[in-house]
Amino acid sequence: MINKVVSTLAEALDGIQDGASILVGGFGSTGIPFQLIDALFEKDVRHLTIIANNAGNKEEGVARLLGGGRVDKIICTYPRSTDCYIMERLYKEGKIELELVPQGTFTERMRAAGAGIGGFYTPTGVGTKIAEGKEIRNFDGMDYVLERPLKADVALLKAQTADRWGNLAYNKTGMNFAPLMATAASLTVVQVSEIVELGGIDPQRVNTPGIFVQRVVQVGDPL
Amino acid sequence: MKTAIVETELKPLTRRQMAWRAAQDIVDGSYVNLGIGMPTLIADYVVAGREIIYHSENGLLGMGPAPPAGQEDLDLINAGKQYVTIVPGGSYFDSSVAFAMMRGGHLSMVFMGAFQVSESGDLANWSTNDEKALPAVGGAMDLAVGCKDIRVLMEHVTRDGKPRILKECTYPLTAKKVVKKIYTDHAVLDIDEKGFVVREMIEGLTFERLQKMTEAELHLDPQWRVLDVPEL
Repeated sequence: MINKVVSTLAEALDGIQDGASILVGGFGSTGIPFQLIDALFEKDVRHLTIIANNAGNKEEGVARLLGGGRVDKIICTYPRSTDCYIMERLYKEGKIELELVPQGTFTERMRAAGAGIGGFYTPTGVGTKIAEGKEIRNFDGMDYVLERPLKADVALLKAQTADRWGNLAYNKTGMNFAPLMATAASLTVVQVSEIVELGGIDPQRVNTPGIFVQRVVQVGDPL
Repeated sequence: MKTAIVETELKPLTRRQMAWRAAQDIVDGSYVNLGIGMPTLIADYVVAGREIIYHSENGLLGMGPAPPAGQEDLDLINAGKQYVTIVPGGSYFDSSVAFAMMRGGHLSMVFMGAFQVSESGDLANWSTNDEKALPAVGGAMDLAVGCKDIRVLMEHVTRDGKPRILKECTYPLTAKKVVKKIYTDHAVLDIDEKGFVVREMIEGLTFERLQKMTEAELHLDPQWRVLDVPEL
């Protein structure tokens, strides 16, 4: 029998080690797996590479990991915001490595990693700093830059509903990067508000098929 | 005795008036992305009767206005991280689909803010080259490629009076040769193969005076009109 549901956050994060690369879902405040991140903080693994759209706000989410000295490198599209003082400070002090990626390239690099694609050519970033040092090719009169896949050891995601096979349904714009990240990690761990019986999610409404998911943990809805 | 040349007192457009002017150009049935900042004001001034579908790159097509206070849905935000609503007919999707709509050329028009625009249509709107500032690019570079109709809203000059409309951008580029039209607080300009063409200027502004505020060479459309907007 397949049962990907685990009962505790500690079990959900079992085996994650120092030096791990970790994809973290979420855009702004939506879709962020806060409970998994807090549990990762408690687990006290270090020298992490965090791959996320934003660098967290205040002392919450990714910002908590940053503030706690857990992260050596962050791969990010938009690390700046009004309440993003921890990332600002670490960056100014030279205490964190930042790889800045345009958001569409960020999504496509994860999609490529999850889909077995070795690289792709995109027009995004051509003629800018982002393309420096990368291969440029002209197709049909237009320049494109070669971008490589972005994969990771772990993905920490949030969904609305799951079943024991790991099928996922997200809520509204809480979906954002999660379906891509689920495909791009060796170990995909998802916190959900609700676990239903097999068939409880309409097959046509499954956003992420369970084949991409290894562990599911139900958390109390924090909202 | 006063001998100085008295220049007419000008009344540059407010940000809301710039948004109003841009909104007049969105045709019925357009799929539009409004960039973070001033462009989001455009949605307030769309011409009645035109059906326009707004895209937000965090995974939403058919974005509606902000919800009434107290009715915010924590899982429903736009790319500017503000609470929004979804209109009937709207849809949710993942980020790769959101960016396929942008990069794949499926949007009709994109309105963005900018620091600088060059006469070949180069766009600089993500970094001011400040080495100490934390850089952030988000979806700006992807938004600027793909769509064939990229329009910019920005003040004509910087706060300290320096030109933003340049021969070459001095700030790091977001994308090359993409901007087609600029709405400023003084004028409306198109970019074509010969460079900047002035289509509209505010009341009292002369072409010579506008040229003085602009580093790049301007060309005046013989059919130019007064940039006329209502009080808002």
